[in-house]
Amino acid sequence: MSTVNERPLIEISGLTFSYAQRPVLSGIDLQFGHGKVVAVMGASGSGKTTILRLIGGMLKPSAGSVVIDGQALGPLDQEQLYAVRRKMGMLFQFGALFTDLSVFDNVAFPLREHTDLPDAIIHDLVLMKLHAVGLRGAHALRPSQISGGMARRVALARAIALDPEIILYDEPFAGLDPISLSLTANLIRRLNIALGATSVLVTHEVQESFAIADYVYFVSNGRVAAQGTPSELMVTTDPFVRQFVDAAPDGPVPFHYPAPPYSQDLGISP
Amino acid sequence: MIGAIESLGAWCNRHIRAFGLGFRFFVAMLSKVPSALRRRRLIRDQIHFIGNYSLLIILVSGLFIGFVLGLQGYHTLSTYGSEESLGLLVAVSLVRELGPVMTALLYAGRAGTSLTAEIGLMRAGEQISAMEMMAVDPMARVVAPRFVAGVIAMPILALLFSTVGILGGYFVGVRLIGVDSGAFWSQIQGGLTLFRDIGNGMVKSFVFGIAVTFIALYQGFQARPTPEGVARATTRTVVSASLTVLGLDFLLTALMFGGG
Repeated sequence: MSTVNERPLIEISGLTFSYAQRPVLSGIDLQFGHGKVVAVMGASGSGKTTILRLIGGMLKPSAGSVVIDGQALGPLDQEQLYAVRRKMGMLFQFGALFTDLSVFDNVAFPLREHTDLPDAIIHDLVLMKLHAVGLRGAHALRPSQISGGMARRVALARAIALDPEIILYDEPFAGLDPISLSLTANLIRRLNIALGATSVLVTHEVQESFAIADYVYFVSNGRVAAQGTPSELMVTTDPFVRQFVDAAPDGPVPFHYPAPPYSQDLGISP
Repeated sequence: MIGAIESLGAWCNRHIRAFGLGFRFFVAMLSKVPSALRRRRLIRDQIHFIGNYSLLIILVSGLFIGFVLGLQGYHTLSTYGSEESLGLLVAVSLVRELGPVMTALLYAGRAGTSLTAEIGLMRAGEQISAMEMMAVDPMARVVAPRFVAGVIAMPILALLFSTVGILGGYFVGVRLIGVDSGAFWSQIQGGLTLFRDIGNGMVKSFVFGIAVTFIALYQGFQARPTPEGVARATTRTVVSASLTVLGLDFLLTALMFGGG
């Protein structure tokens, strides 16, 4: 399956994963090409974030492989895994800023940990990253003094501090107001172009992700339910994609959690 | 019957597993201590943080325990006409036992719980995961510096506790009751030995520093990343650390002073 690029930067094959006894992914195949923005979409609990964590090596798959730039993550020890992670930046759902550090120090954190740059250069780099997300003026504030949308932008500045080749976004649009929403979407696209990075976008926001993604995977029940470019998916008749695109409450993704018959639970004879 | 055996087996399994996890954490933490020692700024900040947290409560407690020791000691000693030994009684009680033990218990309740809560909340807020994704080892960056700082801070805090306690005993015994000031200090000077009393007290507080800081950090790291999980972990820190300190104190006292 060559869907995005001839030689994908991230290649996931036959990936299977379970939390305790609950299967989450069942032999899923995904590819993420160089320099592309690829969205992984699906309902809540469909395993999207799990895919992101498997790409980051934070979880170990029960079967299958994650290959990044030709290097399989499975057999790597901690040092080797950390070497791969230095190519990545990850934006967590709620930013995951270090609450004991200022906005400036949060963005400076990876630079101080991984480089021997003098303070003056780190100062300039941090301000440049903060400027890119529009928050240069907030550099002295603490995470508790900024809004959720701002926190996510600071986290984005931190994620791109070392100019990563891969940027992983975990629900970057969740809980944002409409202004922050389009702002974040534009930022993701702009940063992808500016850094030449490959972006993996895990989300269920159809409009924003279709506007910025080059390719979209829909995940359901641990498998790829549909895939294609946003323009292909907008006109598809696939019921699963249609339910998502049209925001229909019921369909292949059921409204009701599996349950015994209603009459049985209410004690009414059929 | 089978059910009871099964639950006993499950209980044993759970505890052996917890012990194994704790031991692995301890070894992993120790292996990162050398790299933490190279980052003195982190350790200095943590000593300041942990010391500040516990200093006030330790000084105030030390003072009041000194008052009580002065008072109780005087009443007991006066029965035998040995009031002039009050200084030695207060000093030995504090330096050998009460200083290290009370400091460790107060430290567990004050700084230990905040270490657990801090790390537990860092996990709940995905800060630990973020650090790992930035290829920064949280064991080296978060856990080991706090451990070293705790181990350094504890003996210093215990010394301060004992010092303030002796001053408290002096105030009650000499200033309020009227024991001879020269006798009070000369008994301490003549009776208190550097290695046997002060040295052993320091060794105790060093061991307690290792135990309490390790328990606090481990509980924080193992806490379920939820508000309830963090709350439970902080409680476990106080209970486990207090019992461990009291158990270790008996063991160390037996080893240091024996029956002789």
